[in-house]
Amino acid sequence: MEKVYFYVFLVCSIILIFLGHYFGVKKATFLEAEQKIKSRPHYYGWYSVILMAVPAFLFYTLLSALSYYKIIYFNPLLTYTFTFLIIVIALLISLKKITPEQNARLKVERFINITLLISAVITILITIGIVISVFFESLKFFKNVSIFDFLFGTEWEPDTAFLGGAGRGNEMVAEPKFGSVPLFAGTAMISLIAMLVAVPAGLFSAIYLSEYASKRLRKKIKPLLEILAGIPTVVYGFFAAITVSPIVVEIAELVGLKAEYTNALSPGIVMGIMIIPYMSSLADDVINAVPNSLREGSLALGTTKSETIKHVVLPAALPGIFSAFILAVSRAIGETMIVVMAAGLRPNLTLNPLEGMTTVTVRIVDALVGDQEFGSLETLSAFGLGFVLLIITLILNIFSMKIVRRFREKYD
Amino acid sequence: MSVKNIQSSRNKKRYFKEKVFKMYGVIALFISFAFLVTFFGNMIFKGYSGLRQAKIYTTISITPEVLEDPAYAFLEDDYYYISRDEIRRLPLKIQDSKDMMNKTFNEWVIADSEVDQYLKGRPNRLKNSDKKYLDKLKEEGKLKLFFNWNFFTNGDSNLPEIAGIKAAVFGTIYVMIITILVSVPLGIATAIYLEEYAKDNWLTRMIEVNINNLAAIPSIIYGLLGLAVFINFLHVPRSSALAGGLTLGIMNLPVIVISSRAAIKSIPPSIKEAAYGVGASKLQVIWHHILPLAVPGILTGFIIGLARSIGETAPLLVVGMVAYIPDAPTSFVQSTTVLPAQIYTWSTASLRAFTEKTALAILVLLAVMLLLNTLAIWLRNKYEKQW
Repeated sequence: MEKVYFYVFLVCSIILIFLGHYFGVKKATFLEAEQKIKSRPHYYGWYSVILMAVPAFLFYTLLSALSYYKIIYFNPLLTYTFTFLIIVIALLISLKKITPEQNARLKVERFINITLLISAVITILITIGIVISVFFESLKFFKNVSIFDFLFGTEWEPDTAFLGGAGRGNEMVAEPKFGSVPLFAGTAMISLIAMLVAVPAGLFSAIYLSEYASKRLRKKIKPLLEILAGIPTVVYGFFAAITVSPIVVEIAELVGLKAEYTNALSPGIVMGIMIIPYMSSLADDVINAVPNSLREGSLALGTTKSETIKHVVLPAALPGIFSAFILAVSRAIGETMIVVMAAGLRPNLTLNPLEGMTTVTVRIVDALVGDQEFGSLETLSAFGLGFVLLIITLILNIFSMKIVRRFREKYD
Repeated sequence: MSVKNIQSSRNKKRYFKEKVFKMYGVIALFISFAFLVTFFGNMIFKGYSGLRQAKIYTTISITPEVLEDPAYAFLEDDYYYISRDEIRRLPLKIQDSKDMMNKTFNEWVIADSEVDQYLKGRPNRLKNSDKKYLDKLKEEGKLKLFFNWNFFTNGDSNLPEIAGIKAAVFGTIYVMIITILVSVPLGIATAIYLEEYAKDNWLTRMIEVNINNLAAIPSIIYGLLGLAVFINFLHVPRSSALAGGLTLGIMNLPVIVISSRAAIKSIPPSIKEAAYGVGASKLQVIWHHILPLAVPGILTGFIIGLARSIGETAPLLVVGMVAYIPDAPTSFVQSTTVLPAQIYTWSTASLRAFTEKTALAILVLLAVMLLLNTLAIWLRNKYEKQW
């Protein structure tokens, strides 16, 4: 029933606002017939719409928010009625305000300027908000666990942390341990495998596409690579876990090695393939940005195409390629679904990629999925890990942007 | 050896190296395509059978005892091969239509998932005696595969034979509505402001750096943001379409801003100047000239962002959208699941029959992705203008 009231209210308001626009234009046209008015008639219509819609919307949002958070409760019906009244009053005021001296265009434009400014400010606040919110939650975590233990400890055993949250912290149980080294080691290992796949394949794809392939071939191949980039990560994860892992285990057995089903190799390989199109499109842009005069100068000396690429194009493009590499790395360490589904949960400090190991992102998901109390130490540990992850990606990203900027200055 | 010979043998080596180098490129591209083909082949092979579902033609006799224990209604031989769901629902069916009482009729009923898997030649846990009986039924034409409508009209279930993606598809639609409402207006407005209004000072540059950084943040961090800000601070219900949509909306925001800015930037200044020249105000220039020309570019960015959001899973796991949800959502604040989350849930299920469901759901998701990406590429090619 309440929903019906809401829709009735919504439809009535919209009709009224349309009417406001109509009357605004009508009155302005009427005035224009007698004397010169300052703006075109339709601006007066929009002027009315703004006067009606903005206060009504703000009022409605305010009342709903107050009711939702139970600060002051307003009956929904009451809210609708008041909002509707505001629209009606605004309509009357706006019609009265439409006079030949009123410059509606200026008013409308000023309103839109302010809206744009507010939007931009909100976007920026969100940026800062992400860092701050993750930072404050991780601060709560670091109050309980020392940063030193977190960064340099080699054991990650958060399982008993919930007892502390349940007020049973004094019971005789093993202390939860939050040493993140094995997690970061796992992340590094899987990212390394991914890079070993993605960098050569991505780079050579880019070289072939930009230096050898004809324009027609290029146009056909690029969308196919984009399909690879568009496959959701959960799908890659399923493929890694169901198809690639058993193959890896079988091959390892053939060679006489023992591999676990949740090994680091299969998510690494699949992640590498996922990053190929990303790496190749970034490298492609960089290689295309190398001026043709360099190539032509080299070719004129009698070098073959590959010699030109190896000795002239790639060195010129190297900073850009390096920055692409860094972006690909940051992509790999932040990747979640593939490792969640294929890499396993056991923190394991090893160099053997055939063993199962866990990563930072896996542990974040593991800590947050389930019915944990929000304030529990395990939940907060996810924020600690997330914060470190965020800092690492931000540093990598800024670093790569710095390189690109320096590179650009060379040829402009 | 003469100088000429030395030169030609060196050149031979160089040309050979040239060929090898070119080969590397071909191999690199080949890896991607080999993967693409294997991957799609694998998914289709695993998932195609999910489109069909085994049904058994059996005799159901309704007696008053059935209301207490529905097992009485079925033939003893067939009972173990029939889906638990058919058995569970029988008393409800009887209550709905009273005239079923004391009647016996023959009907196609959904078979158990193990029977289904056996019929499709997939691994199953049936004994040899079971298989013999089922072979007999098959020969008599009493065991057949039908098109699996349930996959599209049902929600999630713990029984693979009746599990479907309807709840997840509707959940995805609900989440996407919120995502679009959050990211598109805000993103385009920010792009216009940054391109047309903001002066080139340190603040603008800082904002630009910030937005680029935002686009590079791993998606799981957005999940943490959603959890900390929307759920914990603003008390948006956990697992709801609202929480997921807001989180994805913020994740999508930098994508929209960056692509819209690129689209606006690509419009030559001469168009703007001509409009100013005939006396248009700033807003008129933007509204009448810049935006219409930038729409294809903005739309392409929007579609790519949408495709990315539809496939995104990690942040949604963090805001709790992995729960077992059998019903399609009817509001933005109730617990919802989305298609990728459903894929994740099914992929962790222990029953083998869920593998084909997972693969089929993946095929559905990939079809949506391909459609959106093709649309974006088509738009780009059609409206790409060289000024």
